Amino acid sequence: MLDSKIPEGPLESKWRNYQLKSQLINPANKKKLNVIVVGSGLAGAGAAATLGELGYDVKCFCYQDSARRAHSVAAQGGINAAKNYQHDGDSVWRMFYDTLKGGDFRSREANVFRLAELSAPLIDHYVQQGVPFAREYGGVLVNRSFGGVQVQRTFYARGQTGQQLLLAAYSQLYKMKRAKKVEMFTRHEMLDLVIIEGKAKGIIARDLITGELKRFAADAVVLATGGYSRVFRLSTLAIGCNGSAIWKAHKRGACFAAPSFTQIHPTALPQTSEAQSKLTLMSESLRNDGRIWVPKNKEETRKANEIPEEERDYYLERRYPSFGNLAPRDIASRAAKERIDAGYGVGRLKNAVYLDFKHAIERFGLETIKDRYGNLFKMYKKITGVDAYQEPMQISPAAHFSMGGLWVDYELMTTIPGLYAIGECNFSDHGANRLGANSLLQASIDGYFVLPNTINNYLASALKEDHPTIDHPEFEKVEKEVTDQINKLLSVKGEKTVDHFHRELGKVMWQECAMSRNKEGLVKAIVQIKDIKDAFWKEVNVTGGHQEMNTELEKALRLADFLELGLLMCTDALQREESCGAHFREEFQTSEGEALRNDNAYAYVSAWEYHQGEFKLHKETLDFEYVQPTVRSYK
Amino acid sequence: MKVTFRIWRQENKNSKGQFESYEVDGLTEDMSFLEALDYLNELLVTQNKKVIAFEYDCREGICGQCGVFINGRAHGPHDHMTTCQLHMRSFKDGETIVVEPWRATAFPVITDLIVDRSAFDRIIEKGGYITAKTGTAAEANAILIAKEVSDKAMDAAACIGCGACVATCKNSSAALFTAAKINHLNSLPQGKPEATQRVLEMTKQMELEGFGSCTFTGACEVECPEGISLTNIAEMNARRAKAKWFG
Repeated sequence: MLDSKIPEGPLESKWRNYQLKSQLINPANKKKLNVIVVGSGLAGAGAAATLGELGYDVKCFCYQDSARRAHSVAAQGGINAAKNYQHDGDSVWRMFYDTLKGGDFRSREANVFRLAELSAPLIDHYVQQGVPFAREYGGVLVNRSFGGVQVQRTFYARGQTGQQLLLAAYSQLYKMKRAKKVEMFTRHEMLDLVIIEGKAKGIIARDLITGELKRFAADAVVLATGGYSRVFRLSTLAIGCNGSAIWKAHKRGACFAAPSFTQIHPTALPQTSEAQSKLTLMSESLRNDGRIWVPKNKEETRKANEIPEEERDYYLERRYPSFGNLAPRDIASRAAKERIDAGYGVGRLKNAVYLDFKHAIERFGLETIKDRYGNLFKMYKKITGVDAYQEPMQISPAAHFSMGGLWVDYELMTTIPGLYAIGECNFSDHGANRLGANSLLQASIDGYFVLPNTINNYLASALKEDHPTIDHPEFEKVEKEVTDQINKLLSVKGEKTVDHFHRELGKVMWQECAMSRNKEGLVKAIVQIKDIKDAFWKEVNVTGGHQEMNTELEKALRLADFLELGLLMCTDALQREESCGAHFREEFQTSEGEALRNDNAYAYVSAWEYHQGEFKLHKETLDFEYVQPTVRSYK
Repeated sequence: MKVTFRIWRQENKNSKGQFESYEVDGLTEDMSFLEALDYLNELLVTQNKKVIAFEYDCREGICGQCGVFINGRAHGPHDHMTTCQLHMRSFKDGETIVVEPWRATAFPVITDLIVDRSAFDRIIEKGGYITAKTGTAAEANAILIAKEVSDKAMDAAACIGCGACVATCKNSSAALFTAAKINHLNSLPQGKPEATQRVLEMTKQMELEGFGSCTFTGACEVECPEGISLTNIAEMNARRAKAKWFG
């Protein structure tokens, strides 16, 4: 069932060998082939634009009012590439190894190597597109450090790297729209996948302005719908981010891999009230120069600046002397949780730690720090009203990136022929923990470089088949199922709001399936989520109708899927009786409180098949041919 | 805290809208302005009423999707801020807060506080890009760009496309938005080959969309969340004049 299709040959030649053997389609035939791309972030826009350039007929969908708003826009810190511009010993191999190790040896060697290999040409591509990356006075590109790595390989555009890359991808996309190779469907949300004779052949999407359900047929469907950490409700994600497209694909047969691998980001702003809708991220790049600490005294009442050096606990530097404040995210988050749970947290709710720039300002001067992080400090001030040049920031861990997602093979195809998943919505390169600045990278590589070179292998055969049409009975059937679900939601007419149930789900997920998990808690969580789900379908009130713009209905449809996805996440976390990366099972830790991996029993990717509300586990064994998995230490 | 919201309600683009008042108690100063609207919407649901439609996505000031007129100012009472970054601590207890959609011919209202800003996308489509197909780029460091040039391009490129500049302008001009993109690309060596065509076509599209002319009041710069400078418009005009008269 799970054929990863890894090409023959040594690691360094696998991608080249793949390309040499993959099928080609002549330009005259490409224009006869239709591809649907759902999502317009770096992966989706990159893929749609590039497929358009290659000559395919592309339709691209996003729920926002413009492709430029996809959540890739919010990534701040940077994008990694093995350029070795800093002459500090970087190489494709080292980047490959860092990423594999950062993911705690739970990803495929061949995929990760390809990611590192294509990183350098990607930077070339973005520079050519006009991305204003930071530069030295001499005019060359600058790099900075990021967590989990000891070389400087991160390229950045102030604290707005994601925005600048997305705007480049978006502009390329609209250029192809102008060339009439891509048709854009903004304010359209995919609500289901249509499969004909076992192959993905189209989608049902809702026009968010009129409420009309529309059918779209294609020779292949590409999902590029991003992460699903809004399952925790409070997260660093945009409010509209959702897991619906991949969840619907999962229910129609696509295996879902490692759903429980969720990254908790160590440097977000802490929660201040129940009504809070979002936890704003402060870029990891701040940890380059900022030092993280808590007071040594639990009962501390003084302001941060009044606490003398000897009474501060720089716990990351203490526990991980070689990586210090640049320890990877999973480790930094858990260390913060450990201090906060032990009662050393700071802030009004004692749920935060300090991120302090005092020493950096003394060492480099205020102007340099302003130049590096000015917009982040500005953002911090806007939200909290505090000037972080004068006193330390208060930060706290928050749900962030989904390493899990639809299972894909080396070609990024899911277990449904003709259905691809690219960017954050797939599981491929990050294993059990993603390194900082690898997210923009993976989304871009998947969209620009990998998918456009693998989809032809499938489409070459689609060329010989009949093109699907929206009159097919399957479209009729799936559209009716979507209509029924919408009607059912609107007819509950209970007394509670959608957000009420989302808060309930979020609390359970955050408590039992976030930074640390245990068997008892997960078993309990599964029962609780089932109860919340039952209550949702009995007591929710969705006002307004479906033949109009209805933001409440949009939220309800997304939550209905999150309630099911949450169950799968807990089920996955429960079966993996080891700790690896972001997945920390309390029962499996060393005497020093570090993750205890079990390579003999768990060196596999869990891939779940959906069957009438039940989940069946399949395993893709991870073979490490080139790297020997070691204990992941950042001490 | 307790406030009274006076909010523009409009069924759809063809219907006539009107203000409606909502008294809301139980808010806190820590809430963001949009969270206060979320709170109001939950109240409306419990009263079995249709929620107020308003835009948002990232809620951290970068996606540009949110944006309403608050007490007569785009994105509320502060300079250089998005609506999602505004917090209730900026208002007084008991205050009446008037909330309207962006008003501009080129931004028709879709429903309630939501407007159609697709005109911006169509301006970008006319040249807000550099033609460089995937896979054709040269080595990145082969293009040297002085730090001042790159920094200045970045200042302009920071535009989030929210439309506050248009909404606040008495002429509903999109000059700041258009200038920011033209200057970002035309000031970089990569953008030079298409520079003339870009400035001519993008400014033409800007006019076709029904945006007004710029009369340099500077209102846009004040409301721009990224503080994009008015000098960008002067620079665009110079580029346009040069392109028109000298090619």
